[in-house]
Amino acid sequence: MSLTNEQMIGMYANMKKIRMFEEQVAELFAAGKIPGFVHLYVGEEAVATGVCANLREDDYITSTHRGHGHLISKGGDIKLMMAELLGKKTGYCKGKGGSMHIADLDLGILGANGIVGGGPPLASGAALASQYQGKDLVTVCFFGDGAANQGTTHEAMNLATCWKLPVVFVNENNMYGISSCTLNSMCVADIADRAAAYDMPGVVVDGNDVVAVYEAASEALRQAREGEGPSLIECKTYRHKGHFEGDPCVYRNEEELQEWKAKDPVLRFEKKLLDMQVLAREKIDEIKDSIEKDLAKAVSFAEESPFPDPSEIIEDVYTP
Amino acid sequence: MANMSFAQALNDAHKLEMERDPNIYVAGEDVGVYGGIFGVTAGLLDQFTDKRVRDTPITESAIVGTAVGAAAAGLRPVIELMFVDFIGVAFDQLYNQAAKMKYMFGGKAKLPLVMRACCGAGIGAAAQHSQCLEAWFMHVPGLKVVMPSTPYDAKGLLISSIRDDNPVVFLEHKLLYGMEGEVPEEAYTIPLGQADIKREGQDVTVVATAQMVNLSLSVAEKLSGDGISAEVVDPRTLSPLDEETILESVRKTHRLVIVHEEVKFAGSGAEIAAMVAEKAFDYLDAPIIRVAAPFTPVPFSPTLEAEFIPNEDKIIQAVKTVTGNPNVA
Repeated sequence: MSLTNEQMIGMYANMKKIRMFEEQVAELFAAGKIPGFVHLYVGEEAVATGVCANLREDDYITSTHRGHGHLISKGGDIKLMMAELLGKKTGYCKGKGGSMHIADLDLGILGANGIVGGGPPLASGAALASQYQGKDLVTVCFFGDGAANQGTTHEAMNLATCWKLPVVFVNENNMYGISSCTLNSMCVADIADRAAAYDMPGVVVDGNDVVAVYEAASEALRQAREGEGPSLIECKTYRHKGHFEGDPCVYRNEEELQEWKAKDPVLRFEKKLLDMQVLAREKIDEIKDSIEKDLAKAVSFAEESPFPDPSEIIEDVYTP
Repeated sequence: MANMSFAQALNDAHKLEMERDPNIYVAGEDVGVYGGIFGVTAGLLDQFTDKRVRDTPITESAIVGTAVGAAAAGLRPVIELMFVDFIGVAFDQLYNQAAKMKYMFGGKAKLPLVMRACCGAGIGAAAQHSQCLEAWFMHVPGLKVVMPSTPYDAKGLLISSIRDDNPVVFLEHKLLYGMEGEVPEEAYTIPLGQADIKREGQDVTVVATAQMVNLSLSVAEKLSGDGISAEVVDPRTLSPLDEETILESVRKTHRLVIVHEEVKFAGSGAEIAAMVAEKAFDYLDAPIIRVAAPFTPVPFSPTLEAEFIPNEDKIIQAVKTVTGNPNVA
């Protein structure tokens, strides 16, 4: 399971891309260019990156309302994402979905989801389709600590084990459902403990350590792909930003934030790769420059794209 | 042609479609070994194995939700919710996930799935096993809502629903399961969104759904002896609604009575009445009357349940009122 240098550099570049994408989104949001609200993935980049580095293009994922990192990690096109965030016709969903509903079925991305706990049953369903059709595909269900308390999540896990479905439930425990802290919202220290209720493996990993996430996911996905059934991985992590942009974050203190910022997954992996001499400073700058260029292109593509015409409102409700 | 019950016609539709398309699977509580609590899926497990006919735990959110995920990934699920009253615990997966996916994703998703459920009062099943909730589903863009009233319609509409690429809610009134009728043995389709004139008439249009169609036909027969000619229109599909057939009938008869078993307030009849008022007001010679259940949960005791369900007398009263014919008893 040892990672090649090339794989590690790829994972670093992906994390960096998510971070820079989100920072760009925050800037556009502050400038009033993004309608609605956005939930940023800053601080959690190691989870989506470590998990998706194990996936094939035709594997499936279900995502959450904090989905940009998942989409980028599964190969989503940042131009189409950016255009969607700005509500443009050229976006992933023709401007009909927005941040919380971006999907790319060609990449197996079954959608971000505005409903907490909305995704797990869908994930078990996609896994059922793969099993039914005899394909060796897996589905990853990303869900948060908030969704861990939703009934849908437990129903999806139970059915997944009853039917031995090729699905891996990846919990992103960032400790908060908006203001509700896991210390008050559940009576177990580890969400992974709940796997025992369904007789599936449950492991806790440091969600800010991309290699640890990669390795845990690699084993869980191997089992799922080989027909050994589902499992649960809990990734302990933290969101550096508020629940949404503009969140005053009155429910947590600066000290806690700084503690977690000291464990910043991107910087941590960057330092590790520098120490291991897998990456050199010049290479880091090169990666950064390249992402910056792509982002600039994505932003101008999005800004220059037209809004949907009002007449398009009634299109796409039904399949003819 | 064969003589079949409503339940057998539905069973036949499952069987023929599953033979045709290997991507169709059936799932739900007690659909396999038990054959469905009303026998609709009887025999399917033996013919198609437990891969395609899946008994589930009591887990409505997961039954509906896995169907949505499986449909998005290429299968064509036909799931049974048992009683429509159970949709409450699974609603998110239907109306926020299944119904909206295509639109939210900019048109790219295709969600071919059928959710069957029985509905309706009349067997003393009380408040949580007797409801008619079709208006809830009609209110959701992205869903289709089908409600047959005869064995022939049941089979043709279910086959169309299974072949449709959208999420379809297929509602079966439980008093209809034993109803017999002539049904072709081969597969056939009835287009979704096409009403059927069950009886032609000149004096009044009675739009009715499910079991109420049969009551209305009986009433129409009785009224014909009193010189009243009632036309009975069965929408068959409530969404999409065949507005034109209803409007055409009203333009001919100039009077409209709507009969359904849901509570009257904000029921499916409210939409039909509003649509006719908007589009054919000038043709109406009398106010539109709805015959429907009172605004209460479905009661248990036989006397109360009988009071709850619209009956022939109430339909006759309504027809008498709109036709202004005092001779009708």
